[in-house]
Amino acid sequence: MVVDNRHADLVFRALSDSTRRDILRRTMLGEHSVTALANHYPMSFAAIQKHVAVLERARLVAKRREGREHLVRANIETVRVAQALLDRFEETWKGRIERFGEVLAEMKQGANQ
Amino acid sequence: MTVTSIHKDTEALTMTVIAEFDSPIGPVWQMWENPRLLEKWWGPPTYPATVVDHDLSPGGSVTYFMTGPEGDQPRGWWRVTSVDAPNLLEFEDGFADDQGNPNPALPTMTIRVTLTETDGHTRMTMESTFQSTEAMEEIIAMGAEEGIKEAVGQIDALLAA
Repeated sequence: MVVDNRHADLVFRALSDSTRRDILRRTMLGEHSVTALANHYPMSFAAIQKHVAVLERARLVAKRREGREHLVRANIETVRVAQALLDRFEETWKGRIERFGEVLAEMKQGANQ
Repeated sequence: MTVTSIHKDTEALTMTVIAEFDSPIGPVWQMWENPRLLEKWWGPPTYPATVVDHDLSPGGSVTYFMTGPEGDQPRGWWRVTSVDAPNLLEFEDGFADDQGNPNPALPTMTIRVTLTETDGHTRMTMESTFQSTEAMEEIIAMGAEEGIKEAVGQIDALLAA
């Protein structure tokens, strides 16, 4: 999935709020109506609707209509983008630890000689 | 392979790396405490680090710069928040301006290192915590510039030395 910088901004802004992260977690496990989601939080239906809209703009969730209800589910592809960023950070540390181990082994060798 | 596990938590914004070394705790702590050793592994081969100030006492700071292939020298700093040699080191890690002063416009992260020795082997756990997803994005985007490649070349050079 190709993600441009503007989209990345939307993704990270959407993920910067704990309620939205929680909504995302629920919708990753299955489809929920906005009404059902709203029941989980001490805030108004309208507030939850707004949170869902932010997640939707970031393409972290998708909405579909069924009768009078809007059903929300997570877009797993986009969730992976955040994971991809951490993957890059992981590479930095893997490199450091690899060098760390080598220098340590070298010191040990030096001490034994 | 010394890295034994890496756990990334996108929601808590943390990454935990656990590594095991066939070495007692003393030399492992030295890798952090001795600036000449620290600079051998902190920067990637394409951006080797030079440590300028190095004071691992609580409230102390470490400043460093890295030298890129085109002579560019990004600078960074640590502020030590907690230390208990040789078992614990916790510090804030941030970017600095050209004079080496902390750049308040850029985000920082917290790194907590714990060491434990068992039967002559040392386990090192490093937990990195970002302040927010925006901070994480920014820090990683800046770090990517330093390149994460050719680690092998530097290791070979160290071995040959």
